[in-house]
Amino acid sequence: MLSRLRKPGVAFFGIALVVFVVVQLLLSLGVLNNFWRGIIYWGAAITMVALGLNLIYGFNGQFSLGQYGFYAIGAYAAADVTWRWTHNDPSGIVVVFFGVLLSLLFYLAVARFLRGFVRVNVMTTFTFYVLVTILAFWLTVRYLVPVVGPALTASLGGLPGALTQRLVFFIALLGGAALAGIASFLFGIPVLELGSDYFGIATLGFTIIIKVLLDNTDTILPFPEMKGARGMIGIPQWTTWPWVFVSLLLVILVMRNLLHSSTGRSIVSVREDERAAELVGIDVVRSKMLAFVIGSVFAGLAGGIRAHDLAFLHPQSFNFIQSFNPLIIVVFGGLGSMTGTIITGFLWILLLEGLLRLYLPAGFETWRFVVYPLVLLLMMLLRPEGLMGRYEIPFLRQKTPRLFHRTDESVASGLDREEVAPDVGDQAASPEVAA
Amino acid sequence: MRGRPEGLPDQVEARPVVLEVDAVTHFFGNLRAVHDFDLTLRHGELAGLIGPNGAGKTTVFNLITGVYRASEGRIRYRDVELVGLPSYEIIQMGIARTFQNIRLFSNLTVLDNVRIAYHPHAGYNLLDSVLHTARFREKEAEMTERAQEFLAIFGLETRQNEIAGGLPYGLQRRLEIARALAARPSVLILDEPAAGMNPQEIDQLMELIHFIRDRFDLTVLLVEHRMRLVMNICEWITVMDFGEVIARGVPAEVRSNPKVVEAYLGRQTRL
Repeated sequence: MLSRLRKPGVAFFGIALVVFVVVQLLLSLGVLNNFWRGIIYWGAAITMVALGLNLIYGFNGQFSLGQYGFYAIGAYAAADVTWRWTHNDPSGIVVVFFGVLLSLLFYLAVARFLRGFVRVNVMTTFTFYVLVTILAFWLTVRYLVPVVGPALTASLGGLPGALTQRLVFFIALLGGAALAGIASFLFGIPVLELGSDYFGIATLGFTIIIKVLLDNTDTILPFPEMKGARGMIGIPQWTTWPWVFVSLLLVILVMRNLLHSSTGRSIVSVREDERAAELVGIDVVRSKMLAFVIGSVFAGLAGGIRAHDLAFLHPQSFNFIQSFNPLIIVVFGGLGSMTGTIITGFLWILLLEGLLRLYLPAGFETWRFVVYPLVLLLMMLLRPEGLMGRYEIPFLRQKTPRLFHRTDESVASGLDREEVAPDVGDQAASPEVAA
Repeated sequence: MRGRPEGLPDQVEARPVVLEVDAVTHFFGNLRAVHDFDLTLRHGELAGLIGPNGAGKTTVFNLITGVYRASEGRIRYRDVELVGLPSYEIIQMGIARTFQNIRLFSNLTVLDNVRIAYHPHAGYNLLDSVLHTARFREKEAEMTERAQEFLAIFGLETRQNEIAGGLPYGLQRRLEIARALAARPSVLILDEPAAGMNPQEIDQLMELIHFIRDRFDLTVLLVEHRMRLVMNICEWITVMDFGEVIARGVPAEVRSNPKVVEAYLGRQTRL
């Protein structure tokens, strides 16, 4: 494993380790108080949300305002699981775990079934998937919860308390992320067919729908513990630095690996020229869906992290004005630059919620909403391509393969190669990579 | 046989049919862009499609590659009906094309342009992509090497890490053909490959088309305005005007066909 790491990799993981240890030390020693701890965790969460959006918008070219909707789904779902658990109700875990599992199984079956038909109408596809999702969760709630629930309580209760807590938190985070993924998948089926601008408007609508639903969780939806517009309280404060750090690292690594693969290149090709991508054999719809779902999963994971740090969730923090935050971060950092997003994500929270809140004179705190548009304006005027443009640190940059040796065959093509490469001198007998 | 000229050599007529466009009609609203169009290509042929501007040539290409869905008629590739299939499936089946106005992924590198076309044959799945497994590394290296071979054939191997949009025009054309070939087609459709080229570049292009046809065992269909190119390399030609076929035959026949002359030069009128 270690032998596979090249220099940029070693440097990246080295720096990551140092950051982890230093922050952990500062937190343990009490140098960073609760306020600054909150800023760091918040920064990490918003960075994950923004990285997801960068995958959707910066790399896949789909302008989306729905990111906060998925962030909200992840936050509320994860919070509900742990809230129920701490109130001696294992149903949250059962529903999230088995509901998601069952849905995915059903999706595979539906996908296989629909493959037998040519050009199925989008709304038909959508209806099928929505129906099996409802079926999956209904089956789970109706039949699995009464059976698996008590067994789960018994078996998890037998473990040491700290371990149980971690396990439950892990499932809650995973479940929140998975639910965000499922929601984005269902929503994406009809909406990704739309052109880019229309897609943006539709996703804005999605954010608003989620906000309205959250306002009514205790009346329309059967979640009295979420308390609707009054805000959900009593979420256990389980987020610690290792959870935050590992989640963020995971998001960065998954995104980096994905982008540096053929799948990632197909995602980027859709941004470059959708028609051309389709006409070199890329399944454009699948590509968009993949980017959209993965980006939303990142947001869902961030939601879980944030919910268990704040211990309080309110629908107002997921309204559509807020949903511009990740967009601003992505554009600010540079569309299509992971490095830019990571830096800006932290800077954004540090500046807006940290420094400006602390250092503006008393009575002027709300003036930070005047400062940041000004910063944004200056940025757009002075550096329209974003803070980092498309720059990436070496670890996040795609490797450029070494040059190729000319072969006999290519010379035999008889093309006039003068302008291309002047030396036809030494020819390798077989294709091989230059040393 | 429909969609082919009479009197082609017997050994050509003995080859299997690869692409068959059968009585295709296409409307844009009320405008009939293509009317009752037939075209049958046999394996290994190099056929041309010409006609004045607006004759419907590019529309025919778009119909074959699934950009538009034909209003009427059938299009078959080997034994598969293409009408109604999405473009990417048609391409993956083995029909590749280039564009009249070059459509490269111009912010990506030359190598990535070719590797993207290779994606359907990547041979690893999403999990391999995310985890960078052993299979990923093996297939990725193989893919890169294949892409570099393609670039070498087109004299682009030293430019693999340059941004595609920065290449000179002629090389961009070549890269587009390289990218189309990386999708492993058996039918290659070239939409005005010589547009914007000077006579010397056209000579190179003619050699190149012959070379790739033989090297990759392709059937080539070519839309072109430049008579010099079409008349020199096409084995037979279909001439379109106002969405209809007005002539078909070997280059010499077509050149002397009065209808073709009229379509290109206009009717002689007495004042």
